Amino acid sequence: MNAPETMKQFRPKEFRHVGTRPVRPDGVDKVTGRALYGPDFKAPGMLWGAIVRSPHPHARIVSIDTKKAESLPGVKAVATGKDFPTLQSLVMHVGEGASDIVHVARNCLALDKVLYEGHAVAAVAATTPEIAREAAGLIAVEYEELPFVLGLEEALAEGAPLLHDDVFTKGVDPKPDKPSNASMRVEMGGGDVEGALAGAAVTVTGRYTMEPVHQGYIEPHACVASWGGDGQAQIWCSSQGHFAVRSLTASVLALPQADIRVMPLEIGGGFGGKTTIYLEPVAMILSKKSGRPVRLAMTREEVFRATGPAPGAVIDVRIGADADGTLVAADVEFKYHSGAYPAVDAGAGVASAIGHYKIANTRVVGTEVLCNRPAAKAYRAPGAPQVNFAVESAVDELAGKLGIDPLELRLKNAAVEGDPQTSGVPWGRIGWVECLEAAKAHPHWSAPLGPNQGRGLAGGYWGNYGGPSTVVVSLTEDGTFTVTTGSPDIGGSRAAMAIMAAETLGVPYEQVRCVIADTSSIGFSMVTGGSRTTFATGKAVVEAAREVKQVLCSRAAKMWNVAEDAVEWQDGEMVCTAGEKEGTRITVAQIAPRVAFMSGPVSCVAGINAAGWLPGFGLHICDTEVDTETGHVKIVRYTAIQDVGTAIHPDYVEGQIQGGAVQGIGWALNETYIYGENGKLDNPGFLDYRMPVASDLPMIDAVVVEVPNPDHPYGVKGVGEVPIVPPLAAVANAIHAATGKRLNSLPMSPDRVYAALHPEG
Amino acid sequence: MSKIHVSTTLNGDAAEFLCDPSASLLDALRDELGLTGSKEGCGSGDCGACTVVLDGEMVCSCLVFAAEAEGGTIQTIEGVAESAVLHPVQQKFLEHGALQCGFCTPGFIVAAKALLDRNPDPTETEVRYWLAGNLCRCTGYDKIVRAVMDAAAELRQDRPSERTPA
Amino acid sequence: MPSTAFHAPDSVEDVVALLAADPTARPLGGGTDLIVQMRSGRLAPGSVVDFKRIAGMTGVRREGDGFVIGAATPCTALKADAALAAAWPGVVEAANLIGSVQVRNRATMAGNLCNASPAADSVPALIAAGATCVVAGPSGKREVPVQEIPVAPGKTSLAPGEFVVEIRLPARPEGGGDAYLRSTPRTEMDIAVVGAGVSLVLDADGTCTSARVALGAVGPTVVLVEEAGKALVGTKLDDDALAAMSRAVQAASNPIDDKRGSVSYRKAMAGVLARRAALIAATRAGAKA
Repeated sequence: MNAPETMKQFRPKEFRHVGTRPVRPDGVDKVTGRALYGPDFKAPGMLWGAIVRSPHPHARIVSIDTKKAESLPGVKAVATGKDFPTLQSLVMHVGEGASDIVHVARNCLALDKVLYEGHAVAAVAATTPEIAREAAGLIAVEYEELPFVLGLEEALAEGAPLLHDDVFTKGVDPKPDKPSNASMRVEMGGGDVEGALAGAAVTVTGRYTMEPVHQGYIEPHACVASWGGDGQAQIWCSSQGHFAVRSLTASVLALPQADIRVMPLEIGGGFGGKTTIYLEPVAMILSKKSGRPVRLAMTREEVFRATGPAPGAVIDVRIGADADGTLVAADVEFKYHSGAYPAVDAGAGVASAIGHYKIANTRVVGTEVLCNRPAAKAYRAPGAPQVNFAVESAVDELAGKLGIDPLELRLKNAAVEGDPQTSGVPWGRIGWVECLEAAKAHPHWSAPLGPNQGRGLAGGYWGNYGGPSTVVVSLTEDGTFTVTTGSPDIGGSRAAMAIMAAETLGVPYEQVRCVIADTSSIGFSMVTGGSRTTFATGKAVVEAAREVKQVLCSRAAKMWNVAEDAVEWQDGEMVCTAGEKEGTRITVAQIAPRVAFMSGPVSCVAGINAAGWLPGFGLHICDTEVDTETGHVKIVRYTAIQDVGTAIHPDYVEGQIQGGAVQGIGWALNETYIYGENGKLDNPGFLDYRMPVASDLPMIDAVVVEVPNPDHPYGVKGVGEVPIVPPLAAVANAIHAATGKRLNSLPMSPDRVYAALHPEG
Repeated sequence: MSKIHVSTTLNGDAAEFLCDPSASLLDALRDELGLTGSKEGCGSGDCGACTVVLDGEMVCSCLVFAAEAEGGTIQTIEGVAESAVLHPVQQKFLEHGALQCGFCTPGFIVAAKALLDRNPDPTETEVRYWLAGNLCRCTGYDKIVRAVMDAAAELRQDRPSERTPA
Repeated sequence: MPSTAFHAPDSVEDVVALLAADPTARPLGGGTDLIVQMRSGRLAPGSVVDFKRIAGMTGVRREGDGFVIGAATPCTALKADAALAAAWPGVVEAANLIGSVQVRNRATMAGNLCNASPAADSVPALIAAGATCVVAGPSGKREVPVQEIPVAPGKTSLAPGEFVVEIRLPARPEGGGDAYLRSTPRTEMDIAVVGAGVSLVLDADGTCTSARVALGAVGPTVVLVEEAGKALVGTKLDDDALAAMSRAVQAASNPIDDKRGSVSYRKAMAGVLARRAALIAATRAGAKA
């Protein structure tokens, strides 16, 4: 094993709880199998559902005959796209990015056209799963097959099959008069790119490509819906945001949001892919028709065929530098797969491309491209890893041409606080240079390499987010506290919330318990995504806890008959600091049994729209060993350095960094969607969609750099997304260092590496 | 097709259930016996989330017909903690933060315990290869491997450490 | 959707009768391929016939200096048999590359053989080792070389009512050694892009006196490449001999382009893996001579 994780702290103050590693409050249930996840919930009298999916990548639905299925004994309801109410276009911002509810509804059940193989067209509910599957097989769908298109450039070509006749390219002025598969174009930058490139001492030019990849959460989507005759409904599901499930489901079914109560079950991974809905409205329709709760769950194959992958990409990069290594110009133009419906990764992709360098002349253009693949959905730093792969590969190539150490080249050009981002907005207190310095000082950077080994590095960043969260902190009758949030805990955030509450209240960690309430039991909270939860919901926790302290102090003042400002909160106790009662103390446990009967229970709400988030930066160092006879690449050492602001619970911060790095390594080496010429997915399972297994990897050395965020009470910036950004290029650069060959196309699987090493065949 | 009656010993107790002839052991555990700790991540033996010990050997319960378990002895995640105290593997998963979402965790714990039951002193490489049938998408495996190595070290000592009640 | 019946008879005769009565019926050993195929809809057998409860179907026994492996013996049990693992390490290692530990605790070599995948890991090693299998059927038992079982992807030469009851490995020849290597993108949990099994015998001065080379995933079935074996016989496995063997292997390879590998990559890997496997087999032969 490598050395244990290390931390590099820049924070000024010491904390009592922040930065400790207690056992997470939901831990015991999760190591004993008691925790209930999406597929684990069952309701009394529940029916089992199954979905009929399109075998064609693009076809018009001529007719759907459900009679045979309906007459099968045990079948209680059948649903098709016609069961949705008539919907008007409405763009909602609920998950990671915006979605038009018409598209959300059509993706749940197609209406006129199927747009990808695996697109849902009908659903049944029956008394057993076997009957439901049999009934699904009896639904006869007549299709008129249409020409389909999978590739980015093919979809933009003149005469390409058009997916939607009502989509006109957004972001183009004037608005185009013809519909297009290009759903959106985003451009940022400034200066004279062509002039600067022409005058540069050294330039590199490259095209980089990749197919879509999947988030790969181990828990398939599942839900139970129960829609009562009075119009009120309950949905039990796992998601990254049960409020998003509520608002999207209510919108596509034209229901008041207050009539839907969504119960958050434990979530078995999401990585952005569970910020939308697929099954919930369908289960609702089946429940309404049958008068019973209905369960819908996907198989792994359905997850691969029908849920959001991250877009594949074609990326063209040109970068120029002066002879001393000063970057003078960058031109980046990329196209991303939207899949079946307009997607929004291009915006974040443009913002995440080259902003980590000071470059005077830049032009970054991203285009979203519709094609006959499942609708792309957010995947951990959505839009950033693809373009970063291209940019950080090109920067590495530039360092080689310049004869400058790649770490020094990055340091020389690294953006710091006050430098403009690509959008022109100046960076806040970012920790990019601190990461580069930490890399330089890390023993990995100077460790000797063995035969056929090479070392690569790459840096990247993600903007992070804040946004709305609601938190309630309540005092119990014995002086312990409950923290109630609306933010699903996808990786240990209950522990982080309890730590921040304990820190604020000055009480032991074990005296604070955190739960996640359903949509009717707490106010609105945005999805757990965008690396926002520990920052934004954490900020609300601190605000509510501070108010609890204030209220309790005022109660003590009342009890002691002193002025409110004569009572202070000290280490979980109320202390009288003035007057004749000076020095009198009362503990929370002592006052707690009485407060409810004084002026009422103490329960404080913080509903905030958290501002002041800061982006995170990371720098990864990767050593590969390449079997030049077979093209196999082994990751022999890996160090991931990241500025997180403050690590509230370092175990889970390191875990995010390690997990993100490994997802990136999988993306780099083997993961990819493989479509046949028939437009059908050829690898819809974990056998041929090759995510890394334990024996593929070394330990991942996570180095936590702490440059605190001044706009968070404990300095939090956000962690989860940054670590998937640098690995693609870090691995590619390491392969280049080991072999002298640069692979511009992902994945860098053994056959591709072999082909690069043996061009003669 | 009528259902098949199956008698087993499940986590030390007699357990009977009825199953469809083509139902998997995982289906029976989750849907007939109400033990949802074993998870279905793939249904094809490629993720290990459904790992149980059947007649002394760990298997993917999705790759066993429920009817095959007749007369068999099954241990699931629900039976790993003994005497209401966590097993050292469970304890070390908590102490190392070796789980994030926790969905794959039951399968990993059953598999890791099966390893340590036969090999009290595995190398890191042995742990990694033994657990290669269990997919985790959250952790990158680092903390899982450390937790298993640490649990092995503790099991090699005679004195039981402080453990959390299950 | 037709239902599947489940039977667990206690005699070979009953298995044969059940299989003969329904051509869609499938014998059930480890089930790791069968259950996946049924769940995906590729197979819908009228019944599955579990033969694991029949005496002698599970376990390894010695017969003379050879080995008899019951058809229901899981791959991990092969590794646990020290004598078998010492005599035929290539076969045992090949069987223990399939899937994961969980899978190998159920999966069997007989199932790997009868699933008739050209990429089956244990089959090239078995063929290289000169293994045979005993087939039970309506007209009794017959013993056939392993390479005669698969005839096409997913298809075997077994007649209706027939199933493999045991696999037989000969005694390890004096000076013999075997090895199997495969190429997969991942280290575990994968299907061979190419597999190569080599079994050879060296005499006292290190000259190869016999050699068998079998390849997986380079054609519709696992193939025994006699020319490759011949290229080694009479040599001391010098570079020229190994290069000649690799050329013979590549010439015999007729792979397809699919999601797991390209024609050119598979051909190239067949040569590399066969050479590496031959060197391991030779080391083992030398070590044991």
